[in-house]
Amino acid sequence: MDYIGEHRLPGQLGHFFIVLSLVASLVATFSYFKAARSKELSDAVYWKKLARISFITEAVSVIAIFAILFHIISNHLFEYKYAWQHSSRSLESKYLLACFWEGQEGSFLLWSFWHCMLGLVLVKTGKQWEAPVMTVVSFAQVCLATMIAGIYFFGERLGSNPFLLLRDSGVLDNAPAMHVNFDINQAVRPDYMTSIRDGNDLNPLLQNYWMVIHPPVLFMGFASTLIPFSFIVAGLWTKKFGEALKPALPWSLFSMAFLGVGIMMGAAWAYESLTFGGYWAWDPVENASLVPWLILVAGVHTLLIYKHSGHSLRSTYLFLFLSFIFILYSTFLTRSGILGEASVHAFTDLGMNAQLYLLLFVFTWLPAILIANSTNQKLVTAISGSVLLLASYFIPLPAIAFFTVLAGIGFFVYQIQTQIPTVTREESGSSREFWMFIGSLVFFLSAIVIISKTSLPVINKIFNLRLAAPEDEELAYNQIQVFIAIIIGLLTAITQYLKYKTTTGAAFWKKIWIPTTVAVIAASLILAFGNIDYEKHGPMFLGAIWLGVACAVYAIVANAAYIWLGMNGKLKLSGGSVAHVGFGMVLLGILISSSKKEILSHNTSGISIDFGNESKEKSGENLTLVKGMPMKMGKYDVTYISDSAHPKKQQWYYNIHFKSRTDDEEFTLKPNAFVNYKGNEGLMANPDSRHYWNHDVFTYVSALPNPEKNKDTSSFQTYKVKPGDSIFYSKGYIVLEKITTKDSIPFAAFQPGDKATVASLKIHSFNKTSYSAAPLLINQKGNLYGLADTITSEGLIVRIDAIAANEKELDIGVKESGSVLEYVTLKAYKFPFINVLWLGIIITAIGIIISMVRRIRLNRLKNES
Amino acid sequence: MKKIHIILLVLVAAAIAVLISFLKTATTYDTVDTAISKPGKFVHLMARLDKGQPVEYDALKNPNYLSFTAIDTLGKSVKVIYHNPKPDNFEMSERLVLKGKYIDGYFDCNAIQTKCPSKYKDDMKAAEKNIQKSETMN
Repeated sequence: MDYIGEHRLPGQLGHFFIVLSLVASLVATFSYFKAARSKELSDAVYWKKLARISFITEAVSVIAIFAILFHIISNHLFEYKYAWQHSSRSLESKYLLACFWEGQEGSFLLWSFWHCMLGLVLVKTGKQWEAPVMTVVSFAQVCLATMIAGIYFFGERLGSNPFLLLRDSGVLDNAPAMHVNFDINQAVRPDYMTSIRDGNDLNPLLQNYWMVIHPPVLFMGFASTLIPFSFIVAGLWTKKFGEALKPALPWSLFSMAFLGVGIMMGAAWAYESLTFGGYWAWDPVENASLVPWLILVAGVHTLLIYKHSGHSLRSTYLFLFLSFIFILYSTFLTRSGILGEASVHAFTDLGMNAQLYLLLFVFTWLPAILIANSTNQKLVTAISGSVLLLASYFIPLPAIAFFTVLAGIGFFVYQIQTQIPTVTREESGSSREFWMFIGSLVFFLSAIVIISKTSLPVINKIFNLRLAAPEDEELAYNQIQVFIAIIIGLLTAITQYLKYKTTTGAAFWKKIWIPTTVAVIAASLILAFGNIDYEKHGPMFLGAIWLGVACAVYAIVANAAYIWLGMNGKLKLSGGSVAHVGFGMVLLGILISSSKKEILSHNTSGISIDFGNESKEKSGENLTLVKGMPMKMGKYDVTYISDSAHPKKQQWYYNIHFKSRTDDEEFTLKPNAFVNYKGNEGLMANPDSRHYWNHDVFTYVSALPNPEKNKDTSSFQTYKVKPGDSIFYSKGYIVLEKITTKDSIPFAAFQPGDKATVASLKIHSFNKTSYSAAPLLINQKGNLYGLADTITSEGLIVRIDAIAANEKELDIGVKESGSVLEYVTLKAYKFPFINVLWLGIIITAIGIIISMVRRIRLNRLKNES
Repeated sequence: MKKIHIILLVLVAAAIAVLISFLKTATTYDTVDTAISKPGKFVHLMARLDKGQPVEYDALKNPNYLSFTAIDTLGKSVKVIYHNPKPDNFEMSERLVLKGKYIDGYFDCNAIQTKCPSKYKDDMKAAEKNIQKSETMN
């Protein structure tokens, strides 16, 4: 059948390039493999040439797929499911790339694209390492190409094709109007495209510039961990263990910078634009990408140890291997859905899950076979792997699948242990390598602890348990990681002052006493005047935080000083110190901003004085603002002034005015929210924040009345009344029963002399119902704060405007509206010193790049000489 | 034995101790009945919103008070009090993970996770509905 209005050409081209990329990467893998194994030079040259042509073809195909998919999205070709599902006509063009990688297919494509780019650099610069390293890289490209292939293989679908047509995707199957004769059993109407006028749109929470820039950087980080991994596999394969690490070092540094920045861009996004109330929540998705980074950092440090002392060669191989394996594991965790719900998705589920699992399988077992020392060992490894794979396919026990991967890692580690020589001489306790190794080990173990906690759903699957996270999940992480921060902070500070091999005490103390003294003074000042008093989890935890702050300050000062004391101010040589200064700032920023985070919207006002059952209420974190009425929030008086709507979307902006009571600070924040967006009931909020050099004020909308009912224009009328007097309103009358004065109310820190006046009002409605209301006027240090009370069913707000001197007469303000009031419920935080964290990340990245450039230069010099 | 090996052992032992203590603090997924059977104990209650019962939330009266009835797959229900506004997609979510404890006749909830079997699937469902809707308007 011919369908009207479809553009089939891009899809057909897309399919072609997908198949081409798959074939080309297979040929590249095989040819590079042959080139690496060729004994004859002419053979090697022949295979290498073929391999290069194939890899370049592959790279061109991936770029073509990328371009075609982007063409489909940007031209709103909704006949393709990917465009229909992830974009819409109303979407701003700046978010088109965000739609591109919103879906699994697009993000795999992005990953694959970076592999191509990195691969091309390796083709150019790899020299003797090109063939073995590119064998691994090309093989990774085969795997990624299958993720978007969408072809059937023995009845199982391999990958998910981004060029799938909407009418083939099953979306239209249950829409009678899309079928001939309105019968879903009949074919899709030839003119169905006339009904598909718009796409499903990008998830509103992702309509954000961070969504445009964060994934490319993060995926560059993911992709780049493949390169150190490929080098160590190549090193084991060619038995040139030490040599392989030379070119691997700059690549590891590159990866460390990109992965680190990518992760923290995600944190910045969470902080700035999402309503998680912070930048890090130990969410499994966050942890899954942090863990490979931690292991990579450990690997980079052991690599440096090896370069300078010959120690730690095996640990370097282990860490660089595991860092990539954990990238694959994190891909499995985040994409298989196993994190979402322990009971719904089966671990050995076939479909993408099986394929994601296979990715882990092939990258543990195939390298193990490749690098095995003898043909016999290769055979044993290959047979064990195949048997275990078959077992996990036919026996539906998650435990078998899990241990199959573990066994693969075991075989690989066995090869590392048996093949790589080790230095028998013991490191001196005063040597730099000794303490660097301890630091790497701590990093590695911290990563293992984090990933084990994150893998609770996996553990549930394997052992058939129903375990859930602890009551305070964040604390469960923080109470351990704060000690890691202390150890790492301390080691970062002192290790640079130690020399490789051995350090004499006198030389060490001569240099380190200055930064130590400065750090002690600086840390004491911060702790004495910084008001770091996080008492929620007891004095032990606070003590650990203090110690952590001190160590972080020490790390910053000592490394900054080392640039002069150790490197004579030569910044080009001090990449490590610069990165460590940045890392110290990251630690400091994390410790201070988290322990001093303040909730401004604490319901200290006492608005919920007595509501029976609800009086058990813990002081809540949300505050309701009625339009035009100032409320007390921390040191601010906060008023909801006005709102405006987005011209094209169901998105509202709220102007919230903050005015300080202590100085003339004044600003307006504009948090916004999508309301009932495209079938999603309720609101999706985007926060807004005011940045200062030393803190941020941050707010977002947490609840709203139904916007259609908001048509209130009335204002307050003031009446002078004594107890017993009445006030009439349109639907009844209000009686002031009594006036009481209190010197304390719950949740408000009253000082002597402060008082609260409560007006007990009885509202008699003409429809024979009556209500009570108790507006408040708080007098705190001579400042007056009114707290109105609301009778929603009457659309009535009452407040105390003023109290007569004798406290016998009140000015009562009454506001009436025909409908529900305009109000907005907010959550507001104050984050102190968050900028120390962001600045620290930038400095760390700069430091790593400086050392990377230096290492590349050194390698080049060595090659030339 | 080298110094480094001793330190290695100590650190690995510490990591194992940390993980064991973590497993001890781990909580469980529960049904209404099992949650009620251990009052005061923190659990993850798996249930869904009982749409037949009223959902009480009035931001003007108290923005930190939400009460509703949750019903589990066995048909048992319990009153839930949550000290925050409604979470995203509260009414639409097919399943709620309620983190909190049962005390004095109601479930005191600290956090609600709105659960869709798959976010993707739900988006699709809503979108399919939109397609069907847009057609009936023609």
